[in-house]
Formats: sequence, C-alpha cells, structure tokens
Amino acid sequence: MTAADIHRTILAVWRIEQPRLLTSLSRMLRDVPLAEDLTQEALVAALEHWPDTGVPEKPGAWLMATAKRRALDDLRRRSMLARKHEMLIRDFEQEQQTMPDPDTALDDDIGDELLRLIFTACHPRLSREARAALALRMICGLTTEEIARAFLQPEPTIAQRIVRAKRTLSESGLGYETPRGAELSERLASVLEVVYLIFNEGYTAARGDEWLRPQLCNDALRMGRVLTSVAPQEAEAHGLLALMELNASRTAARTDVSGDPVLLMDQNRARWDQLQIRRGLTALARAHELGGSRGFYSLQAAIVACHARAATPDETNWPRIAALYAELAALVHSPIIELNRAVAIGMAEGPTAALAIVDRLAGEPALKNYHLLGSVRGDLLCKLGRHAEARVAFEMAASLAGNKREQELLKRRSSEAAERSKCR
Amino acid sequence: MRFMSIVTSPQPDKAPTPALMEAMGKLAEREIKAGRMIDMGGLMPIAMAGARVRITDGKLSVTDGPFVESKELIGGYAIFEFRDMDEALAAAKEFMQLHLEHMPGWEGTCEVRLMATPGVDGACEAAIRVHA
Repeated sequence: MTAADIHRTILAVWRIEQPRLLTSLSRMLRDVPLAEDLTQEALVAALEHWPDTGVPEKPGAWLMATAKRRALDDLRRRSMLARKHEMLIRDFEQEQQTMPDPDTALDDDIGDELLRLIFTACHPRLSREARAALALRMICGLTTEEIARAFLQPEPTIAQRIVRAKRTLSESGLGYETPRGAELSERLASVLEVVYLIFNEGYTAARGDEWLRPQLCNDALRMGRVLTSVAPQEAEAHGLLALMELNASRTAARTDVSGDPVLLMDQNRARWDQLQIRRGLTALARAHELGGSRGFYSLQAAIVACHARAATPDETNWPRIAALYAELAALVHSPIIELNRAVAIGMAEGPTAALAIVDRLAGEPALKNYHLLGSVRGDLLCKLGRHAEARVAFEMAASLAGNKREQELLKRRSSEAAERSKCR
Repeated sequence: MRFMSIVTSPQPDKAPTPALMEAMGKLAEREIKAGRMIDMGGLMPIAMAGARVRITDGKLSVTDGPFVESKELIGGYAIFEFRDMDEALAAAKEFMQLHLEHMPGWEGTCEVRLMATPGVDGACEAAIRVHA
C-alpha cells in the first residue's frame, strides 16, 4: 500500500463516520462550527496515527474519543469560568471515564441534528458561495481541497471562505439553532437554492473536466435525500430531489462517444437510469401528496417527468409540458421560461403558434444576447419553410453562442437553411 | 458511484439477534438520513418461498427451495451511493463488525460490488481498478 492509498482509505473511513461524529459533537457542544473544527481535527489525528497503527477495529469510537478529548482540552484552555462550559466539562469527564461509545442515545435523533447542520450551513446570512462550500464540507464531508477543485477555485480562497463563514455564524450566535414550523419552511428556500446550485455546477460541467465536478451532482443528490428524510413534510424538498434525480437519470445519454452533447430528443433512452427515474417519480408523487404541485421545483420536476415517462420522443406529452411551463411562467416571470414554453407549444400545436410567442420575446433585454432565442426561432422558421429568414436567425444565434460546439452546430444549420432557400 | 452489498451466509435461516437487529436498524437509519443508502431489502428464508430456474445442457430446469447442495445463500442486499470503493469497503466493514459483536458464532460474507451504470465512464474505469 502506498502512502496515497493509506490516505485514501483513512479519508474513506472518516467520511463514513463523519455524519455521526459531527451530529453527536454539535449536540454535545451546542456549537456547530466548533463541532466541525473538531471533526476535522479528528481526521488530522487519524492521518497522523493510523498509518503506523493501522485502522482501529472500531474507527468511529476512536475518532469520537479523539474529538472529545480535543474538545475537552479546548474548553479547559478557553474558559474555566463560564458556567455552560463548566457543566460541559463535567459531563465530558464523566463520559471519558465510562469510555465513550458512539452508539449511545446521542445518535438517536441524528435526523434532528442533520437538519440543524444543513440549515446552519445554508444560513441566509451567508453568501451563496459560502453556503455551498460549508454544505459540501459539513453534509458530504468534502475536504477544502476537493471543494476547491470542484468549483475550479484556488484552495486558499475556499479555505478562507469557510473560515469566514464559520466565524460569521459563531459571532452572530447562529452556531446552534434549529428552525421549526413556519420558520423552517421560510428558511428552506435558502437551503434548496444552494443544493440546486451545487447540482447545476456539476450538471453543466463538461465531460473530461475535473472528475470532481460531475461528482457535485451526487453530492447535491445526497443533500436532497438528507433533506427529504429529515424534513419529510416539506413538499419543495421532495420537488427538488425529484428534479435532480430525473435530470441526473439522463447523465449517460447526454454526451456521445466523442464527448459532444446529445440533445434530449436525440438521446438513447435505453441509457437513462431507471432506478433514478423511479426514485425521481416517487419524490415527485410525494411532493404532490403534500400539496406542493405548484412549487418552483415541483413544476420543473413535473416537466422533466413528462420526458422521463415517454419511452420514445413521439410519446412525449407536449400539451402537458406547455401547460406546466405556463404555470411556471406565472410563478416566476422569466423570458427564458417563456421561450421554453414556446418550444413546447411548437411541438404541441405547431410552429405558427410558437413563432408568435418567440416574436413577442424578441424585444426582451434579458434575451438580447441569448443564442437560444435565435436558435429556436430559426428552427420554427425552417419548419414553416421560411428558410431565408431561418438562415439569418441561425447566423445571429451562432455569433452569440459561447460554446464552440454549439457555434458549429448553429453554423451548420445556417448553411443548411441557405441551401434550401436557394432551391426554392 | 453505485454499489450493491450482498450478504451471504451458510446459515441464512438463522434469525439475527435482537441486539443485531437494533444495531443494524440504527446503522441503516444513519445511512438513509445521510443520503447514502438508496435501497435495501432482506430476503425471507428459502423454505418459505424460493426457486431456481437453471439452464444446463441447453435445457431449462426448475428446482424449488430449500437447496440442500448450497453452501452459501443470499440473506439480503443494500444499494448505496458512495464516492469510491474505499468508502464502500469502510461501510461494509462497519456493517460486518456489528455482526461480529452482536451475533457471536455467525459466519457470513458481505460482497461489495460496483454497479454498472449505463455508459458512465467512471463506472467502467473503477470496475477495472477494483478487479485488478
């Protein structure tokens, strides 16, 4: 075994224990940021000792004992006077004597603690970037280096972001609180936003990029599962999980052998992951049962579900997709959603109705530099046989496309349209 | 990466002790809440229901359970999402450690396998690594 192998093994063992370590410690200390520090210190200690001693038989107990010892040292050093600490020290000393076993009553409400962790990490007081980094660290056990590589950022930037975020939480007294009831639902938006941000960061990463980037999808999915199991009454949490599972189910079909993107309608549906689709549809059904069918994430999940349910592109329920986009557009006014609705209308009712919507969008400032507007317009014009106009639209779109592969595709379509317009 | 853990034992009909059931329940709860375990199931004793449909010499044959000739039978399975084989192995060891503690005398195997996810590059590469 090389040193790197040993390091990997230790990190894996620590990751398996990390949720229980962090939840138990934060409950004992009533301080999430401090618990997080200690969980990391336990990892450092393991990396120091285990290469010589081997991985202990019960690694969880070893890590917990180490973290508790450090906590005790830390408490003693920091304050002998504070009453809260005195009591904690006494509790701790007692526990030290009775050799700590992590399988005690402490992990009985791991769910409650996990909920607290995820809401602390995603506190609205923190920036979105800080929330994402903290959540990946606390919920998924990613190291600073891994987070940095996944977000294509220098490691010190991420390290600083985490330190600052934890300080903000500690100083503003937000280091240990659990939102409940109405407050939980209110704060949930801030959590879901971060989870979806992490998912999309991974989902849009190209193949061949750093492998940790696509892995972010799995990290986000894991957070989604954590959320739905610890806050099972929140419809939008199920909606977001459904959206992520259903989108992730197409991962294998989204690129061809050479790494080029394959459009949804051209994908080989046999490569869609059926277990993930099933899980996505179950989560969506749960969101609906909880009365959340009109939620932002649930609506998007319902749209993706229409594709997931269609065995062939021809079986796609376009009228339903168009109706769902209309609902989504009513919820959030976004010209991009309207453009998507136009595509669905085009499939459901034909190009004329769709073109009317697209032309209404032409003046939208938000779409001024959006290449897909021209791309959709060109496609509709082609279907209507207006090839000369289509050529102009595709050319315009190609000049706006940021991605080289998309640019090439649009140029190809432009010259195809030019050929056809000459034939007439 | 998706992994399947399959537990086999020469004594598959030996019921787990209450202590083991409790310990496994806690572990499963932790793994579900940590978002890593995505599916699991135990299998009923083969005497209750079970059959094998086999092909030998180009012919189908059906054998009803119990299968006297079997040395090891599957008792249950679980499906996990882990980052790598190291994590999967650490989890399997933890799971088997519970058996060692709470069900003395029991013998069995927890086989950890990487599931093939259609077309995902990582899956194939990892499979090669694990088997090498």
